[in-house]
Amino acid sequence: MSEQPVQLPLPGFESARAEWRQDYDGRIDRDGSLRNRSGIEIKPLYTCEDWAEERYMEDLGFPGQLPMTRGIYPSMHRGRTWTQRQLVGFGTPEDYNQRLKTILAAGGTAGSLIPCNSVYRGYDCDEVELPLLGTCGAVVNTVDDMDLCYRDIGIGELSTAVNDPLPFTLLALLLAVAKRRDVSWSRITGTSNQSDYISHFVANHMFFRIALPGSRRVLVDHVAFCQEHLPGWNPISVVGQHMQQGGATPAEAMALTLCTAIQYAEDCRTRGMDPDVFLPRFTFFFDISISFFEEIAKLRAGRRLWQRIVRERFGAKNPKAWRFKFHAQTSGVDLTRQQPLNNIARVAVQAVAGIFGGLQSLHTDAYDEVLSVPTEEAARIAIATQNILREEAHLTDVIDPLAGSYYLETLTNQMEQEIEATIARIDAAGGMFAAVEAGLPQDMIGKSARVFQEKVDSGQETIVGVNKYREAEEPTTAPRPLERPDQSAMEAHLARFRAFKAERSQAAVTAALDTLARAANAAPGTPGQNVYEKVVEAATAGATHGEICACLRRELGFGQPLVMP
Amino acid sequence: MTDTAKRTSRPPRVLVTKIGLDGHDRGSRIVAAYLRDAGMEVIYTAPWQKIEAVVKLAVEEDVDVIGVSSLATDHLLLPDLMAALGAAGLGHVRVVAGGIIPDGDEAELLRAGVNRVFHPGSPREDIVATVSHLAAQARATCANG
Repeated sequence: MSEQPVQLPLPGFESARAEWRQDYDGRIDRDGSLRNRSGIEIKPLYTCEDWAEERYMEDLGFPGQLPMTRGIYPSMHRGRTWTQRQLVGFGTPEDYNQRLKTILAAGGTAGSLIPCNSVYRGYDCDEVELPLLGTCGAVVNTVDDMDLCYRDIGIGELSTAVNDPLPFTLLALLLAVAKRRDVSWSRITGTSNQSDYISHFVANHMFFRIALPGSRRVLVDHVAFCQEHLPGWNPISVVGQHMQQGGATPAEAMALTLCTAIQYAEDCRTRGMDPDVFLPRFTFFFDISISFFEEIAKLRAGRRLWQRIVRERFGAKNPKAWRFKFHAQTSGVDLTRQQPLNNIARVAVQAVAGIFGGLQSLHTDAYDEVLSVPTEEAARIAIATQNILREEAHLTDVIDPLAGSYYLETLTNQMEQEIEATIARIDAAGGMFAAVEAGLPQDMIGKSARVFQEKVDSGQETIVGVNKYREAEEPTTAPRPLERPDQSAMEAHLARFRAFKAERSQAAVTAALDTLARAANAAPGTPGQNVYEKVVEAATAGATHGEICACLRRELGFGQPLVMP
Repeated sequence: MTDTAKRTSRPPRVLVTKIGLDGHDRGSRIVAAYLRDAGMEVIYTAPWQKIEAVVKLAVEEDVDVIGVSSLATDHLLLPDLMAALGAAGLGHVRVVAGGIIPDGDEAELLRAGVNRVFHPGSPREDIVATVSHLAAQARATCANG
């Protein structure tokens, strides 16, 4: 990644460049340099002086080959396009079931189960304020609830990403449903989307937290359990999206994500697991902002760095371990409440960046996300956007189509250097776990959020309809209240929940929770004391989500957020 | 100086917090910094505060304004917060909310006594000026009451 200009004996190059420079300088109002969100200076023109074919094999290579810049599979989107993974969740399990069916009918190929915030925070439906129940996701607490979520849907056929923070009770409930339906666990495929507890501490979110040391232990137990029982499941998704939505620049978000992945890989290796076995199951999840080329460069640079990290730091020999598989979501922070239909254009641009960045799975935001929880119409447009980009615009015809662009290759190299500099900072702080305990990444992203907001406030960064091109008489869509779940349906659900608890075998539940508590207090790695195995057993025995979370909160402590305004 | 004089001469005291279940705090961190930079005394809490905890803190810290950030439907609890403040004799304390709050819910919040709702894109100057103005109102009300 040297910045040495390539020697080019191109006839006429020097004089043509000098002439252009003079013409350019004469026409441009030079008021300081341009920088992207990651702070890299952006020149007005890139040529073969910045990046030349001599670097091809070192920087790019071929798709599916080292250094992976051009994509992790030989055929990339030409062979198999990305998975359309839309978030769904609202109301009762029946509501979720209906919405999932709508998404599948509209061409979606996988669903993400988004539970209610009460579930995220580790509570059952009878532990939180009624008005909040089901407003942001589905209320799923028991094996019966999970069964209803997937009524008439084959759980062995669907890739079921579950937005399931530690201690992964929703996956446990899904496995209990599989047992009930006699579906082999080997057919359960998907991802634990919110397994990245470190990201929950870095960017405050709505997730249940076990104190950091306990979280560290349960995650490794979860990976070990999945390795043994769920060959089609990705136990870890490292979430750069939280960091970037929380304010990290694209380069910082990539760096902190890679540092987090390094931490998890080290923790698994310390437990005695083989990197060539667990690394192929690592997946990533990124935010795609509207900073178009920067995002493409971020994703390409991240892919190149990951293969180097796994080979150099973990000695990974399995080519599957070198693959940087990621899901991406268009950035909600870039969407505006003003002139909300403009968001459809923003989401399309973000999605194109993600596609050119080589994603494996994509969520496009609904344009009205910034107004409220998305409507079904907006959710349909979000899916249509993906269909248009893929099938009308032919974005998938050519693999990594922007490769070789003087600008993009230079930027990819520069982003890589920027990302490496942040990784070095975290390494110097003792790795990601220690850095988070000390509040370093929290401070970093808070500062970056502030810097960006100041650029918006000063007009240095344009946001159409917000700080420029405002319309005097704002033609807003009709004021819409929050879509609230049917209160009588929710009350019926609560009654059903209480009946479930009353009718189950209390002795079996108590025994399972006692076993779980004992495992939580055993030394990590003690044979027969895998905490996650006990979570799955408890869920199968009829323990509720809230009971399992309460047990671990009691035994391992609650993870208080670091308060950093 | 009398208590009233002390109260009216000091900088506005503002509690910036999040109630309910959600933790997204990018917005509340930035707003807290804005207000602090404008010379106000800001008390900032972790997310996930219970309403009783907010009321207790408002008393202990003698705040003029409470700013509640909501990004994931927690604004639905604001009427309960307003009632709890009233019951605790904190009727003078002004309350503003900000975040993802649907237009259609705004009127309901204002009816419940919330003084102002900010949305994404609300200008910094507007937020600072409004909070400052409301703090002055709160102190005047408290001094007269």
